[in-house]
Amino acid sequence: MTHNDINHNQGPMEIICVACPKGCRLEVRREQGEILVSNAGCKRGIDYAVGEINDPRRMVASTVRVNNCLHPLVPVYTESPFPKGMIKDLLHEIRGVQIDAPVKIGQVIIKNALNTGINIISSRDLN
Amino acid sequence: MSNKVYDVVVVGSGPGGLAAAISAKKNGANSILVIERDIELGGILLQCIHNGFGVEIFKEDLPGPSYAQRFIDEALNLGIESLLDTMVLEAAPDRRLTVTSKQNGLQEIQAKALIFAMGCRERTRAQVQLPGSRPAGVYTAGTAQRWVNVEGFMPGKRFVILGSGDIGMIMARRLTFEGAKVERVLEIMPYLSGLTRNYVQCLHDFDIPLQLQHTVKRIIGSERVEAIETVAVNDHWEHIPGSEEIIPCDTLLLSVGLIPENELSRQVGVILDPVTGGPVVDSYFHTNIDGIFAAGNVVHVYDLVDWVTKAGYAAGKGAALYAQGKLGNPEHTIQSSAGKNVRYVVPQKIDPRALTQQVIPLQMRVTHPIESPVWVEAVVNEERLIRRSLPYARPGEMITLNLKPNLAGKIKSASEIKINIIER
Repeated sequence: MTHNDINHNQGPMEIICVACPKGCRLEVRREQGEILVSNAGCKRGIDYAVGEINDPRRMVASTVRVNNCLHPLVPVYTESPFPKGMIKDLLHEIRGVQIDAPVKIGQVIIKNALNTGINIISSRDLN
Repeated sequence: MSNKVYDVVVVGSGPGGLAAAISAKKNGANSILVIERDIELGGILLQCIHNGFGVEIFKEDLPGPSYAQRFIDEALNLGIESLLDTMVLEAAPDRRLTVTSKQNGLQEIQAKALIFAMGCRERTRAQVQLPGSRPAGVYTAGTAQRWVNVEGFMPGKRFVILGSGDIGMIMARRLTFEGAKVERVLEIMPYLSGLTRNYVQCLHDFDIPLQLQHTVKRIIGSERVEAIETVAVNDHWEHIPGSEEIIPCDTLLLSVGLIPENELSRQVGVILDPVTGGPVVDSYFHTNIDGIFAAGNVVHVYDLVDWVTKAGYAAGKGAALYAQGKLGNPEHTIQSSAGKNVRYVVPQKIDPRALTQQVIPLQMRVTHPIESPVWVEAVVNEERLIRRSLPYARPGEMITLNLKPNLAGKIKSASEIKINIIER
């Protein structure tokens, strides 16, 4: 079950909080449009659960092919957390990219990926 | 054979080695050399392309290569020299190294102070004694990580991962990103051995099943792995008959623990702690051999790179002071010892003089998970010196107890500080 399923499903769902390493198992349900969270050890857990339901995002890291270089790949990552539901499409887009060395750390590899406003940038220098 | 003398020589350029070299320079050492066997500085961080590094030190969430590059750039700006693609063949107790490389051939290097920063190695199939045939397709998770993230090839299409360590879970996600199918992750213990965050973001997000109290009963295949036979285990790791299952796959990855890499330390007679597998050290990470220090995962395996960096800073300072003749032998050292529910404590020795000048973090691991509030306490001669409260204690998460300078007077003549972790 993905987190978005809660919107179609009235039963409670479990979300493991990662706001801190404790890993509270939150029980989340939606009642008349309200998101209700139980079992949270602190308030941060409630914020986490609401974020996970409304707009789940993740940092994504991968690699792109680079020509004439020390290594065949350069590591890249999303400048900020990326919408979870679009990660598969993002990976597809990243897989199609090929660039030439040298690469600088922080260099934009894909601008405004999938119109999210989020750039994909290089994690390191590579010559 | 050429012979060079340096104030401080560091073996290894991962986060521990780079931090040690930088700190040695900042604490007055002039000539510093870092020796690295790979073709570039940075160590294993370069293959850890995922985020999560630097939250403690930089208050930023960086990928491994970016974290490494900050320290590489700083080291180069400080004029720290390096020898790349160079292997240390031999170390002597008087801090003389014999090294070799394609470019320079055999060289002798003399260090006034020497820092070991060789990191750690993954446990292999031989070390966990997995039964079955010996086909291709059984690799450690870190080796697969290097292939996928740096060298650019996939080691298989259908995977089973043994061990719920962080690298294993992170590789489960990474392989899924690259189009592979990860059938499941098996963990022999009744609890996760890596961080909860990694369980959620690497396994749960991609519906990769985690089976606790399960292990590999047999590897099946002649030329190449064809399947893995799994089995459930009880609390004593005994197989439960009838629970076997055959999982077709072409690759088995192992994420079953890391061991500090101390071949050189043994060669020079450094005393190792049988529990950590790393050198017995004081708060400057000075070993029992004069002028030889240890930095980072070579001492004990940390869960956060930020702590490796901090340990490297302490070792680098100690080495710089030693090289300048400013680190005399202590008149007296205090043993730190693992008391109730504590598996080990690092540093194992405390020089009370060092405590008068700075906070000494004692770092430890609990023997088993305690999922209720605990006290972490330091006791000297039956008297409690200091304690802190934690909501829980788990073996996967290192615990720190800071000894502050105001305690120096109280402990200066003690012979032992005992650390306990007790339920509140």
